[in-house]
Amino acid sequence: MRNSDRRLDALGLATLVFVIAGLYMAFLYAQTEVNMGLVYRIFFFHLGAVAAGFFAIIVVAVAGIAYLRTNARAWDRIAESSAEIGIVFCTIALLTGMIWARPIWGVWWTWDPRLTSFLILWLIYIAYLMLRASARDDARVARFSAVFGIVGALNVPIVIMSARVWRGISPVLFQETQQGFTFGLTPEMTQTLVVCITACLLLFFYLLALRTRLEAVRDELVALRRARSAR
Amino acid sequence: MKFLRQVLAIVQKDLAAELRTKENLSAMVVFALLVLVIFNFAFELQGVDITVLGSGVLWVAFTFSGILGLGRSFAAEKDKGSLEGVLLSPVDRGAVFLGKATSNFLFITVMEAVTLPLFALLNNVGMPWFPLIPYILLGTLGFAAMGTLLSAVAASTKMREVMLPILLFPVSIPLLMAAVKLTGGALQARAFADVSNWFNILIVYDVIFLVVAFWVFEYVVEE
Repeated sequence: MRNSDRRLDALGLATLVFVIAGLYMAFLYAQTEVNMGLVYRIFFFHLGAVAAGFFAIIVVAVAGIAYLRTNARAWDRIAESSAEIGIVFCTIALLTGMIWARPIWGVWWTWDPRLTSFLILWLIYIAYLMLRASARDDARVARFSAVFGIVGALNVPIVIMSARVWRGISPVLFQETQQGFTFGLTPEMTQTLVVCITACLLLFFYLLALRTRLEAVRDELVALRRARSAR
Repeated sequence: MKFLRQVLAIVQKDLAAELRTKENLSAMVVFALLVLVIFNFAFELQGVDITVLGSGVLWVAFTFSGILGLGRSFAAEKDKGSLEGVLLSPVDRGAVFLGKATSNFLFITVMEAVTLPLFALLNNVGMPWFPLIPYILLGTLGFAAMGTLLSAVAASTKMREVMLPILLFPVSIPLLMAAVKLTGGALQARAFADVSNWFNILIVYDVIFLVVAFWVFEYVVEE
């Protein structure tokens, strides 16, 4: 067993523990919220997915910068994998947000600053992956996507700021209330939230490690095939 | 000084090529006019307060028509193989970017300069030229900078005509929001304090993406 395998397994185990703990806490440990009832529990998964969705685009940009500096294919693999996983979390965040909004706000969708920002982030992910697919045969695809990843990630804070101004909310960096209403988080809820967000981030890292390795193996395979046909 | 001369040389080249045929510019102007006409029928602009909807109509016309010009900016160079010539010449990559961005900015501005009076004429609306023109120029600046960078990317992909809007629109949404709000504020003669937030966002966007595009452009064109 290689050393990296052992580390990957440890990460997978930690993810599993946190996911199970998060499920237990979200459904049984945290008490039911007074105003919203049971439906608020989706929030724990929603915020976890939001955290992972945002985190993934930062990874895409940082790996993109590192790729442009070093020209090492490993960074490109990380950027591509992170974008693929990021769009999954981003989709989960959008869907859970809509499921939550339906009973609470009475609509599936509203152009709330947070929802709007997330939709645009989702579109940036889509554009990034379409660019990769469209330029796959080009040797410069890694550089193109690194550039677009950097530009896309830089857009995110500006989008968040302008979505807030758009709805007439002054542009403050830290939101003072949770999702447009003040709901007092009990200590149990806060603990659950921390565990759930940690679980999602661990899951993100675990998937990222697996996906990056898959890409590395694929590269190896291509190299082997090429070496064989050259013989 | 040498850098500035190189930028000007690129701009001059683009202007000379465009002025010879005027294909691109005339297509952009006609397209923008068509957007105005289509909006008139799609939204029945006769009855409504044009100062409210007008800014959106204008910016849709500007961006859609602008994308046409931006798309040609590098696609034409690729097709004629002249991009290699530009890159082989002893010119800094940053100068190539600034030159291309400047000529794109100029083309879009010319299109806007024709569209704006037509819009005023067709909708019988008085134009508050003073705050309006700086707002439009600032919006166009960020759009042209971003568009030049992404046009260079899109020109190398398989489906380049489709790729440019897919890449450019998501990342220019904040710019578009700010430009529409500022233009609307100007049309409705609102006080600057009402829209100063948007003005700041527009400036931040312009500065950030001019710098970033200038910095990463060399990675996009390098073979």
